Amino acid sequence: MAAKATRVAFGEALARLGGENPRIVVLDADLSKSTMSDYFASKYPERFFDMGIAEGNMVGTGAGMALAGMIPFICSFSCFVTGRFEQIRMSIGYSRANVKIVGTHSGIGIGPDGYSQMAIEDIALMRSLPNMVVIQPADGVETERAVEYIVRHNGPVFLRLTRQGVEDINPPDYQFRFGEGVILRPGKNVTLMATGGVIGNTLKAAAILAGKGVDAQVVNIHTLKPIDRKLIAQIGRSHGRIVTVEDHGITGGLGSAVSEVVAELGRGRVKRVAVEDYGESGDAEGLYRKYGLSEENIAARALELLQD
Amino acid sequence: MDISELKAIAKELRVDIIRMLTAAGSGHPGGSLSCIDIIVTLFFNKMRHKPEDPNWSGRDRFVLSKGHCVPALYAALAKAGYFPREELLTLRKLNSRLQGHPDRNRLPYLEASTGSLGQGLSIALGMALAGKTMKASYRVYCMISDGECQAGQVWEAAMAAPKYKLDNLCVLLDYNKIQLSGAVDNIMSLEPLLEKWRAFNWNTMEIDGHDFKAIIRSLDDAEKVKGKPTLILCHTTKGKGVSFMEGKWEWHGKAPNRDEGERAVQEILARP
Ligand SMILES: Cc1ncc(C[n+]2csc(CCOP(=O)(O)OP(=O)(O)O)c2C)c(N)n1
Repeated sequence: MAAKATRVAFGEALARLGGENPRIVVLDADLSKSTMSDYFASKYPERFFDMGIAEGNMVGTGAGMALAGMIPFICSFSCFVTGRFEQIRMSIGYSRANVKIVGTHSGIGIGPDGYSQMAIEDIALMRSLPNMVVIQPADGVETERAVEYIVRHNGPVFLRLTRQGVEDINPPDYQFRFGEGVILRPGKNVTLMATGGVIGNTLKAAAILAGKGVDAQVVNIHTLKPIDRKLIAQIGRSHGRIVTVEDHGITGGLGSAVSEVVAELGRGRVKRVAVEDYGESGDAEGLYRKYGLSEENIAARALELLQD
Repeated sequence: MDISELKAIAKELRVDIIRMLTAAGSGHPGGSLSCIDIIVTLFFNKMRHKPEDPNWSGRDRFVLSKGHCVPALYAALAKAGYFPREELLTLRKLNSRLQGHPDRNRLPYLEASTGSLGQGLSIALGMALAGKTMKASYRVYCMISDGECQAGQVWEAAMAAPKYKLDNLCVLLDYNKIQLSGAVDNIMSLEPLLEKWRAFNWNTMEIDGHDFKAIIRSLDDAEKVKGKPTLILCHTTKGKGVSFMEGKWEWHGKAPNRDEGERAVQEILARP
């Protein structure tokens, strides 16, 4: 049950994989002590490059190294690296460069630093690029397995990580299946689909619902793009009610991805629990309450969906 | 205000910075302490502004591009009378107007919302360009940091300001030589820094950013220069005033705990 931040699990995995694959290089923008890329940096200093507070240049440099045959991980707070969207769309996306974009400190859950350091548009941005894979692991072991997958995957990837610790939700022998949702709790009345750091609150919401006689299924969506269409179709054929939960803006994230599929299939209904404004400073718990990501609000939204 | 008064205010605001960060439990002491003497000189000696009429259109503008050091600015705004001093202790708390980085929607006395490094100088440039275009007489002051100068956008703004002969724009570069994870020279050196700005056609000056006399003189000189923006390279010490923080990257983004905060305050008060 260790509460390890996914950025820490990422740093450890990358440092380990660096020994197995000499093509891995890591770039950071004066945040290696926060993104945890410094674990890699201290083991393989000759393959680590601090590019300074110059994320746009880091994106382009990463693209160039990928086009030369290496596997660059470019790391920063997610808002700063995905904020260099134009460089990403041209030099990584359109150029089909095998760059792994790592954005830590995602969501309002980072707390007191406030909006300027919070990425709540990053999934929307990265999901809009045709060949970009978007992965957000939910705990330490899933992060490790996802990083291993990302190294093998040939093509651009965006990996979204948390600053704050997250509870373990997967068993130690967990296998990462790219593109497939993970059913954490079976249930037949409603599905709570969550991604990343809010899965803990989503599981608690399911417990609240159980107390009210509602049997909620809980699904972890670690791969946001491509989204698990098969699972969504299956839910559409059964109870058809989905509540999405994410520490991200209401537009363009998990809720949008799921709604797009549901609308195309013409079966099922969706309620989106997500951040509906710019974030602000505060303690993570208080922020989650204020912005509707508490277990109580998730449960309340599920009940609404069951009642309409 | 004379130099002894400015010194006394700077001492008081250093204490405020430490108290705010200690209460918040997070934040950036190093760069707040390195720039406070400059901010004090601007707000209490140089800038034309009216705390009782904050929207006065003729006010000089101050853009804090290194937004993470906003505790220094909050302390100065409170001291100048923009809002009650007690509010300082709400820094970084839920629903506070004093966000971890400047938010001008919540606190309208801030000229710009910043916190993503590299953007403030362009905003200041825009304000200066608007001033010229509207024939307004206000001046625009912008504080940038050294690590921030690694960002390309800083140099895009640096290229544009001389083109438009923005002699109403004055940039103060807080050259404390330390960024988040180490020395600027090791991470991505900026040197020769003054020559870079000069090569971009700026009027340049180089001073000790803790010497009030030098700060005042350079700001006065900048106002006399015609046809060019001014960059003042201010040599400073990160964490200035608290010996265990001085020159240490470890105190870039870490708040003192209660005991460290108390020691810091005692030391600030004890210094001449
Ligand atoms: C674009 C961007 N990238 C990264 C950060 C994270 N960050 C906050 S402060 C900082 C270091 C700033 O160092 P410096 O510019 O030298 O400021 P100072 O020493 O005056 O505090 C970094 C990297 C940021 N705020 N903005």
